[in-house]
Amino acid sequence: MNLTSRSERVSGRIFLIALVVVTLLPFLSMLSAALQPRGTVPTGLAWPSDPQWGNFVDAFTAANMGALLKSSMLIVAGVVPIAVLIATMAGFGLGHLRVAGGHLAFGLLLLGLTLPFEAVVTPLYYQMRDLGLLNTRWAIILPLIGLYMPFAVFWMRAHFTNVPRELSEAARVDGSNTWQLFWRVHVPLARPAIASLTILLFLWTWNQFLLAIVMVDDATKRTMAGALGAFQGQWGTDLVLLCAGSLLILTPTLIVFVIFQRQFIKALLQGSVKG
Amino acid sequence: MTSALGSVPAGSGTAPRPGGADPQLPVRPHRKRWGRTARWVGWLWVLPALIMYGVFVLRPLVLTVQYSLYRWNGIGTAQWVGFDNYLTVFTDRDLLKIITNAFVLIIFFSFIPVALGLLVASLVRRITTGPGGTLVRTVLFLPQVIPLVAAGIAWSWVLSSNGLVNQLLRTVGLERVTRPWLGEFSTALPSVGVIGTWIMLGLCTILLVTGMSKIDPSLYEAARMDGAGPIREFFAVTLPSLRQEIGVCLTVTVIAALASFDIVYTSTSGGPGIQTTVPGLEIYRLAFSQRQVGLASALGVVLMLLVLVCVLPIQRLTRGEKA
Repeated sequence: MNLTSRSERVSGRIFLIALVVVTLLPFLSMLSAALQPRGTVPTGLAWPSDPQWGNFVDAFTAANMGALLKSSMLIVAGVVPIAVLIATMAGFGLGHLRVAGGHLAFGLLLLGLTLPFEAVVTPLYYQMRDLGLLNTRWAIILPLIGLYMPFAVFWMRAHFTNVPRELSEAARVDGSNTWQLFWRVHVPLARPAIASLTILLFLWTWNQFLLAIVMVDDATKRTMAGALGAFQGQWGTDLVLLCAGSLLILTPTLIVFVIFQRQFIKALLQGSVKG
Repeated sequence: MTSALGSVPAGSGTAPRPGGADPQLPVRPHRKRWGRTARWVGWLWVLPALIMYGVFVLRPLVLTVQYSLYRWNGIGTAQWVGFDNYLTVFTDRDLLKIITNAFVLIIFFSFIPVALGLLVASLVRRITTGPGGTLVRTVLFLPQVIPLVAAGIAWSWVLSSNGLVNQLLRTVGLERVTRPWLGEFSTALPSVGVIGTWIMLGLCTILLVTGMSKIDPSLYEAARMDGAGPIREFFAVTLPSLRQEIGVCLTVTVIAALASFDIVYTSTSGGPGIQTTVPGLEIYRLAFSQRQVGLASALGVVLMLLVLVCVLPIQRLTRGEKA
């Protein structure tokens, strides 16, 4: 009996290692193509005899990476802090203060939880056109804040529902008003939930593609993912440069991911469980 | 308005004071005021979120439904056509094929990752907590972190004529099977599906293995004592215990399959023909290239409803009473 379970474990390990290899292969294949001399036709996975690291420099210039990074950061800076703040406030109101009729507001928000962006992107385009915001970053920032609300409020409400109400009662006796109560007691306590939400929203914004290509023509005013779409359109035939550029565009997320790896995985797991 | 711990509604005058103070003491005025008005003042907390949601989600949603009842090119005057656009969605051969494509993708985005994830989970039971485990977790999460667009580009290279897949096939002597996988009619859609499998597999595996590690080992011992083999054990213990996790995996992946856009846009642009076109891509095309805003909107409404129709039963089946 012990024997079968051990052989099972071994085959499990093998499956897991195979999974890891399969996950990594596309990246390695891209890297090997990116290091080939420009103008050659690379094959699947072959380490070049003379790796052309300079291709990354070319791709950096061709993709205008500096401008792209700045644009993505501006969009993230416009979306994430505001979305997190108003979602935390709403979660506090719905989950802790339990405002009268709050379940109606919550039900309305739940409607949007499974909504595919494609279903609203057309009217959003005309809405942005009428506001004169097309081809500006606002056309990406404002809709994203709205589109994140169902998940973000759902997330924060789940946290605040579990905070004991006695906590507020105690603070109230000390004479603090709701605003002070929120900032001094509840926000510090909600830090893990807020951190996870921030990570998820950062990732989703950085990688947002559909809104970027619909709302903004100029790649240097888009998100990283949107810019990659334009880069592919421009350099699609130059495979070496395309691979180098794609890897460069991947790098910022990868760096952030590796730094915050633990929190990222926790957030993604919780995020999918709650979403 | 009573909390789980049974305190009386605030402001009623008999609210127990924290710290064991005498409940008969008169309540301070500011507390009384809070009790009456706070429930309404509280709306101020919810309002900013609701306004953003209303302006950028609910309003567009209502407009989508409205547009879907008109024929409109986005510039001129719109013409009322009633449910004609919906009729087109459900009768046009191409549009039906496009909707079917999304359902085919569910096999690759959802069923295969969940099945494989279950297999790995039931064999591994738990990923070691040491550095090896962290490494496995990190790598398996990579596809979740990178932009889907990048995954599309990477895989269109891997699946191309000179790509890694064909290279491997040549090495094992399967030269005649090699082909541009994304370019041929018969293999294009499954190949796009494989990209989805690659993206979802890690997430599902880790979710399921994490769920697995929470199962009480004594359940397995009991099953073994009853003489259950690995297969009976899987159906009697593993599957019921992982119900919630499976529900999560299915929900996330089914939505990703039905609402897919980024991967298809970058790997095949919907081709060859409309072989890999999905509703999301078709909405984009109809609305912004062909200027058929009404039809695009009708397809959008249908897509939204399809997602709900698929996701709600999953939620009901797996969330209900947890075994």
